[in-house]
Amino acid sequence: MRWLRHHLIGIVAVAVLVYLFIPIAVIMVLSFNKPSGKYNLSWNEFSLDGWTNLCGVPGVCSSFATSIQIGIISTIVATILGTMIAFALVRYRFRGRSTTNLLIFLPMATPEVVMGASLLALFLNLRFPLGQATVTIAHIMFIISFVVVTVKARLQGMDPMLEEAARDLYAGPRQVFRYVTFPLVLPGILGAALLGFSLSFDDFIISFFNAGTLVTFPIYIWGAAQRGIPVQVNALATIVFLVALAIVLTAQFVNHRRRQALERSAVDMDTFSRS
Amino acid sequence: MTDAARAVEDLHLQNLTKRFGDFVAVDDLTLTIPAGSFFALLGASGCGKTTTLRMVAGLEDPTEGSIRIGEKDITGLRAFERPVNTVFQSYALFPHLDIFENVAFGLRRRGIKDVKPAVEQMLDLVELGSLARRKPSQLSGGQQQRVAVARALINEPDVLLLDEPLGALDLKLRRQMQIELKRIQMDVGTTFVHVTHDQEEAMTMADTVAVMNAGRIEQMGHPADIYETPQTVFVANFLGQSNLIDGRRTGTSGEFGVIEAHGLSFMVPSDRCFCSGSDVTLGVRPEKITVLDAVDAEQVPDGHNRLEGRVTDVSYTGVSTQYLIDAPWGQELIVFEQNVVVGDRCSVGDPVILHWAPSHTFGLDPAPGRGAGIDPEVIEAERVNAHLRVRGAED
Repeated sequence: MRWLRHHLIGIVAVAVLVYLFIPIAVIMVLSFNKPSGKYNLSWNEFSLDGWTNLCGVPGVCSSFATSIQIGIISTIVATILGTMIAFALVRYRFRGRSTTNLLIFLPMATPEVVMGASLLALFLNLRFPLGQATVTIAHIMFIISFVVVTVKARLQGMDPMLEEAARDLYAGPRQVFRYVTFPLVLPGILGAALLGFSLSFDDFIISFFNAGTLVTFPIYIWGAAQRGIPVQVNALATIVFLVALAIVLTAQFVNHRRRQALERSAVDMDTFSRS
Repeated sequence: MTDAARAVEDLHLQNLTKRFGDFVAVDDLTLTIPAGSFFALLGASGCGKTTTLRMVAGLEDPTEGSIRIGEKDITGLRAFERPVNTVFQSYALFPHLDIFENVAFGLRRRGIKDVKPAVEQMLDLVELGSLARRKPSQLSGGQQQRVAVARALINEPDVLLLDEPLGALDLKLRRQMQIELKRIQMDVGTTFVHVTHDQEEAMTMADTVAVMNAGRIEQMGHPADIYETPQTVFVANFLGQSNLIDGRRTGTSGEFGVIEAHGLSFMVPSDRCFCSGSDVTLGVRPEKITVLDAVDAEQVPDGHNRLEGRVTDVSYTGVSTQYLIDAPWGQELIVFEQNVVVGDRCSVGDPVILHWAPSHTFGLDPAPGRGAGIDPEVIEAERVNAHLRVRGAED
């Protein structure tokens, strides 16, 4: 009983982690499977088919490429626009500022089905041909909100005296931005871009409404799920997961190194002041 | 930095005014700060000292008035065009640049290519040469402060502005940095304008102190002159402590004015009486007063100002003893007595005689709305501080 009381938190934590990661583990394991029938649901036999022949099934790689392309373009455009909006909202007082602040949040609060459907209605009314352009436009729209919120937080957290100090040290308005403001906001912008890309890559509902005949990776999987998902999808999903994991681990590693350097220098200073 | 012969010029503020809506932060300030001086603007928060500094730096536009350095009008110049640099309150070091690049920032922005010798020399001046490649967050508060000074001074400004530069440091480090800053100022000979609310800091470092209140300068001069001869009730209370007694001028006796207060008469040197009417607030610093047991009344020197009272509180603070004494009319007076002899102190309830030399007395115009004498809360706070200081000195 006593043992249980002491270890309960650990047990629960492990249980939750297992619950979170079992689906991913299953996907990864099944990427090395050779399915016996149409459905890749139960273990049959070890095979590297999914990995050696990644693009072997028609549509897998092209839809993956489409999603990457849409993700990159919409992330870049949304990040630039969103960053500019964030600067405007934080730095300038103008009419309609608080309304803009409110409206920026709206796409995040609106159910995706509603947004997807209303965008579709809009494009149809405008007789705008559905395809990669409409999906990209839709993605830019919802990514902007996230970029604005992230960059705004970063900007608001910045000490205004830093820019004053730069001005005091002979930096003109452009130089202040280039050498002080931008480098300091950059981590926020990069974070926003990463988040934006993953949102775009992941999006199914809004894309599905506005894709026309275009097939993105999530749309492909959705379609394939009805006929039996090819093992290549598991391999690609594993790759995406590993890339994401690598990014997170790199960030952690860099942080850790930085903290270590800090502690080291603190020790240096200690010995320095004692001697 | 090496050429001490570099022509430095006076900083002139002419009718400088800053209004934020209805609030007048700086009110028609006219002031000349001599070249090469260490000048302190001293005042409570909200008195307009920081706003004045920001206007000189170009970070705030004056509503009216002008700012000149020598003959050159800089009022219309923007911050980055002025030959003025600032040490900010929280240092405002660029967190993404290392110490070297922080110090080099101003030089690089002015297009100077070979910054290395200048930066190294500057870092040596503030004794941080070994830390050039550290990031600001890896430095202690005192080191960051020195980087901030180096970053401003490397540009050889005509005027260096310091905005409460020591506010974030602990007491011990602050003392150290006061001396350090004074040394640097003497080394480089640049005009330093130092804004602070700490009277001790202002008096220790500056050759000229200007006491600011409600957007105006109350009094300006050498620290000792201001302390010994305050000219307004505000200065008398803000810079150190004063015993202030309301009275009325009834005549003169030689070079002294005679002030009647509460049935007693006091002498004030005429040249220390800054009073326009016959209502006069009489003042004397607590350490100028001598406390005598009532039985030793005959020891009071002839001609001294004197009054009788009763001790209501004694606090021993190591170096000195602080007495609170009830005057016959109910006012509480404060007296510091140096502990030159061991033992033999008055105790609470003792009837005593206070006396002091007339030449230590000053006369002021009564301040409207501010009762003469010392606010009991101030005394209480001071007492707590004194105890803390004693304890601080022990460990």
